[in-house]
Amino acid sequence: MSILVYINSNGGIHKSALEVVTYGKKIGENVTVITSGSADSSSLSSLGKYGATKVLVDRSLQNDDAQQLTRLITSAAENMNASTIVFSQDIIAKAVAPRLSVRLSAGLISGAIDIPSPDGNVKVNVFSGKAFGSVHVHSSKKIISVLPNSIQPEITGSDCAVEEYNGNIGAPSIKVIDTKKPEGEIPLPEAELVVSAGRGMKAPENWHLVEALAKELGAATACSRPVADIGWRPHHEHVGQTGVAIRPNLYIAIGISGAIQHLAGVNGSKVIVVINTDAEAPFFKAADYGIVGDAFEVLPRLTEAVKKFHATRH
Amino acid sequence: MKILVCISKSPDTTSKIAFTDNNTKFDENGVQYIVNPYDEWYALVRALEIKETLGGNVTIVTVGLAADEAIIRKALAIGADDAVRIDAEPSDAYYTAMQISNYAKSNAFDLILTGKETINYNGSQVAAMLAESLDLPFVSLATKLDVSGTTLTLEREIVGGLQIEELTIPAVVSCAKGMAEQRIPNMRGIMAARTKPLEIIAPVAIEPLTSFVNYSIPNSKTACKMIDPMNMDELVELLHNEAKVI
Ligand SMILES: Cc1cc2nc3c(=O)[nH]c(=O)nc-3n(C[C@H](O)[C@H](O)[C@H](O)COP(=O)(O)OP(=O)(O)OC[C@H]3O[C@@H](n4cnc5c(N)ncnc54)[C@H](O)[C@@H]3O)c2cc1C
Ligand SMILES: Nc1ncnc2c1ncn2[C@@H]1O[C@H](COP(=O)(O)O)[C@@H](O)[C@H]1O
Repeated sequence: MSILVYINSNGGIHKSALEVVTYGKKIGENVTVITSGSADSSSLSSLGKYGATKVLVDRSLQNDDAQQLTRLITSAAENMNASTIVFSQDIIAKAVAPRLSVRLSAGLISGAIDIPSPDGNVKVNVFSGKAFGSVHVHSSKKIISVLPNSIQPEITGSDCAVEEYNGNIGAPSIKVIDTKKPEGEIPLPEAELVVSAGRGMKAPENWHLVEALAKELGAATACSRPVADIGWRPHHEHVGQTGVAIRPNLYIAIGISGAIQHLAGVNGSKVIVVINTDAEAPFFKAADYGIVGDAFEVLPRLTEAVKKFHATRH
Repeated sequence: MKILVCISKSPDTTSKIAFTDNNTKFDENGVQYIVNPYDEWYALVRALEIKETLGGNVTIVTVGLAADEAIIRKALAIGADDAVRIDAEPSDAYYTAMQISNYAKSNAFDLILTGKETINYNGSQVAAMLAESLDLPFVSLATKLDVSGTTLTLEREIVGGLQIEELTIPAVVSCAKGMAEQRIPNMRGIMAARTKPLEIIAPVAIEPLTSFVNYSIPNSKTACKMIDPMNMDELVELLHNEAKVI
């Protein structure tokens, strides 16, 4: 089985890249990585530790143009006769993997949360995380797009070769006018720890309490939908059925009632902590740890406790 | 502007999710279907706004069986001009995309809009498959779409940010939150929808590439452990030693 893994290496090697290389190694022996990003050769080479046999990099591609990326990955897949192509299920994968599926007539499994079972079927989230489905691919070639935080990166080898690659990507069809990236924030879908708050915080000027806890934990921040709708928080923080779906190790929900549409986006989290004044809030039914209390009093106390915990460990 | 909007159905967001036939089929008992929210709120409404300023025509297309005509009428009531139903069970995203692509090939649309994803199988696959099959540029998860002549200006989400892009029609765009505001159909719309043209066409022969073999429901959580709001050291201790997440 020869596996081709696509990673987005813009701005360095992300954790999601280590996850998908590890995934590739678990399902096949010969794992080639294809990338177009800006990461330098020595960091690309370190992907060998996670199971890559070789890394191919085409530095001529800019802006992750989906049609160009499709041509690049198709060319690499055909050259090595890849049986399975692996992506991390992010915005790039959502635009590229289905194109590749059509081009190669390869069945696409998107949102995989585990490696294939012995009969080759792959488990995915369906109905916004309310159920799992097991997908069978009829074609001989497969594409698997893995949900972030579904697999733990594992070191199994040592650095590997990095080769410049020319994928004949053609011209871009989309012209990029401007890019806006907030600096220094942890991207929500990748975050292992998430601190999230809802209407219970009362007003945007109270968010410093939420941010202080997130900072102390090294967590990303998120919010419920009404909070984004009224403009207290930016839209990319909104989690749930109509927002981002996340599955961090820890999700702390503050002043969020736990409506079914909110839960749909977060019920894949490993551990859920709920802080709410109302002991009857539905969120407690989905929680592992619950605190019935006023966020304005509990948050500073929790932040202080985390600070103390970190101090004693260094 | 000739616009095609792809409409799918999804279970009402409060539906109970259960399975029958040895967990191989979704249990439709008591499930209320709605127009997939992304398709209705964002793709369809933006298409109507563009038509209202630039003129043209908005066609909706659904791959689905006769029962789906209820959601088609709803979309017509909101303002689409006419509808096409491709008479087949949408077995997988590939099958669905190939059916729509086959229809679109003979109808020269300037713009094809879809929702961001269906909220049942959450594949986010159909639109990009359609674009590849039609060899068109595709912008995913657009939060803004403006048209000027043959140029589209779009804002879309990228990994950790936003990007503003330009391209020339024809193109496929998947629509996310921010694109438009929900519209409630009025009585006149509902009446008019009854007589708007709905064409039913036969599917072409396509083999799906994937299928769901079975489903399962996640184990429900063990009872929530309650912690004294005065004792946050205990919570931190549990998160570290018991849950092992910090
Ligand atoms: C089709 C559809 C899609 C939707 N999609 C989403 C989605 O993707 N994401 C989403 O989040 N919602 C979504 N919603 C909305 C959802 O149904 C809820 O309305 C929303 O999640 C409620 O937000 P909230 O919990 O912040 O606010 P509220 O329901 O108002 O809850 C506030 C909570 O804060 C508690 N509280 C108040 N004061 C304090 C305090 N001082 N300290 C601690 N706790 C306090 C209250 O007890 C209450 O439980 C959707 C709805 C529909 C119909
Ligand atoms: N059966 C269908 N008929 C028409 N359009 C569909 C169908 N299924 C999905 N779509 C469109 O494709 C988008 C993405 O769907 P999906 O790939 O299933 O997440 C939806 O938001 C719809 O606009």
